[in-house]
Amino acid sequence: MKEWKILGVLVIFTAILYIGVEPYAHSVMHPHVTPEDYKFTDLNDVKLKEQGNVKNGEALVQSNCIACHGLEAAGMKAPMDKATSASVYGVVPPDISTAGLIYDKNYLANFIKNPSKAAKLEHKFNAENPHPMPNYEWMSDEEINDMVAYLVSIAPSHVEDKKVFQEACSRCHSMRYDKIKADSDVTKYMGSYPPDLSIIIRARSDEFLNTFINDPQKQLHGTAMPRVGLNEESQAKVMNYLESIGDSKKQEREELAPWVLGYLVILALFAYLWKVKIWREVH
Amino acid sequence: MAQIEKSEGIADWFDQRLATKKFNKVMMTEYWIPKDINFLWAMGVILASMFGVLLISGIFLLMYYKPDTALAFDSVNYTIMQEVAYGWLFRHIHGVGASVIFLIIYIHMFTGIYYGSYKRGREMIWISGMLLFVLFSAEGFSGYMLPWGQMSYWAAYVITNIFGGIPVIGDELVVWIRGNFFVSDATLTRFFMLHVLLIPLAIMGAIGLHFYALRIPHVNTQTGESVDFDTESERFLAGDKKNSKVIPFWPVFLAKDFFVLSTFLVFFFYLVFFHYNFAMDPVNFDPANDLKTPAHIYPEWYFLWSYEVLRGFFFDIAGIKAFDLGLMAFAFANGIFFLLPWLDRSPTIAPANQRPYFKVWFWLLIMVMIILSVYGKLPPTGTNAWVGFVSSVSFLVLFISLPIVTMFEKRSSK
Repeated sequence: MKEWKILGVLVIFTAILYIGVEPYAHSVMHPHVTPEDYKFTDLNDVKLKEQGNVKNGEALVQSNCIACHGLEAAGMKAPMDKATSASVYGVVPPDISTAGLIYDKNYLANFIKNPSKAAKLEHKFNAENPHPMPNYEWMSDEEINDMVAYLVSIAPSHVEDKKVFQEACSRCHSMRYDKIKADSDVTKYMGSYPPDLSIIIRARSDEFLNTFINDPQKQLHGTAMPRVGLNEESQAKVMNYLESIGDSKKQEREELAPWVLGYLVILALFAYLWKVKIWREVH
Repeated sequence: MAQIEKSEGIADWFDQRLATKKFNKVMMTEYWIPKDINFLWAMGVILASMFGVLLISGIFLLMYYKPDTALAFDSVNYTIMQEVAYGWLFRHIHGVGASVIFLIIYIHMFTGIYYGSYKRGREMIWISGMLLFVLFSAEGFSGYMLPWGQMSYWAAYVITNIFGGIPVIGDELVVWIRGNFFVSDATLTRFFMLHVLLIPLAIMGAIGLHFYALRIPHVNTQTGESVDFDTESERFLAGDKKNSKVIPFWPVFLAKDFFVLSTFLVFFFYLVFFHYNFAMDPVNFDPANDLKTPAHIYPEWYFLWSYEVLRGFFFDIAGIKAFDLGLMAFAFANGIFFLLPWLDRSPTIAPANQRPYFKVWFWLLIMVMIILSVYGKLPPTGTNAWVGFVSSVSFLVLFISLPIVTMFEKRSSK
């Protein structure tokens, strides 16, 4: 009975200390932010339509996008190799084959209309220092909807986790534990060095990463990282990929745990029986 | 030359050459421990076992770790964590073990303080124990630097900077410790040496001293009752085990310890597998970057209380700079525990709850140290800074008042 009381005191003080220095202190240092918004409801400059005209969209994409972007899904290679376009634009314009699958439609439409606004980079880009992709504010909502409809129609029905990362992240970020090198060195253009993401999954909480990827300004106000507009499914794929590289032994860890803990519980039971046997002689 | 005869078996063969039977008696079967104890008396064996766990897991990590600023981070986070079979397990055991061993050290320390186990003949047990605390602190600090993450670098920067406050030689001392004008490759390699060689050697020596210091004054009981070990051990050996007030180290004492240890290991391995972030700070999974100061720099949880004493003095008082005040308080806080046997002026050896004044002092100390730890982690701004200041002063006042408190207790108990 007395030993239980002592254990109780020990547990209570340890718990108070633990709660104070871990969950409490961290909640003060990293205040909670509003959850992710995968519909990007703050963007409403383009009225979204359910059905766009794919044919018309195709013509618009042909005449407006492929001067810079590749579109391999339609057999069109990027006009310049990566090194050249990185030096011309500061960053490699992505191939837009998968855009219709991995990015949210509302985001995509608003991004076409005003890239720096959708990416929340208006503090970086302005009239004197324009975003490398021009605004398409002169287009009608109708036309933008048609282009989005076309991008959706040509996008593959499924992409691998790693592919989403390569499309959405690795133009700036490297992943050296998976031998991925960033396409462009954006240090000068962005004003800061985008970190290698090899073990970012261990360096930040899932909650932080999810809200950050969804809207970088929320967690790191003033950052040069654009909001990229991944939809919920694609962001989950990016998180999966980050985990598969940065915490590659997670599965092994979780599979080994019950064996080790089970062994120790049985050991403790036998140790208890042995203790009772030995102490019976002296009590 | 000893009389060597034809042996009756392996045990006898060794006994004739190494006196193993005598040795076994002295160290195990006739090393007497009082019977009136509780599970807190098992902390010593848990600590010794955890030191073994850290040593073994450390040896495995040592086979792959590279003490070079260009290679260290990846040797830990890629080679060990991802390439080496079960490398992650050894690292998690080592990292979590280093943190949890401090929890047990604090429990062990405060058990000693609560039951007055540092008094009248047990002073050397206390001092050798405090020496171990200091050595483990140095071991923890030097080890934390090795993965060369952000917190490794910045903790090394902040802590080595502290030595700059020492009068006259401060600046030169910092350079001497770092091996460079800033925290650099030389710093990492020398702390690696300290972590894997010099400090572990010193720890092993100090553990020997700590165990040896127990032989003469013996282990305390949970009532503080002084046991006549000669009479009681004779009674035990004569067969009256039930009425004897002592038990042999093996098998009786260790039987209980082994149970407490294996229960503790369940808790420990739960942390290793599922709840390790408290010991392996996520921030340290960002590689060291001397151009990018982290938003919050804090030491591991077990240093937080003394770190808060250091930064609790955030304004100049009577012409003395805040930095110097903090440094003096920090030196005081880290040294004062050594003097505990002489600060406690009451000769009573009893659990704190049976000592009217000391009881209040003990629980106040626990409270202040927990508050210091929590505020040692929180950003030191606004009210936090004042809470830190008040609790730092409270800590100092508590220790300064201990001789007075215990003197009153001594007088009132007459």
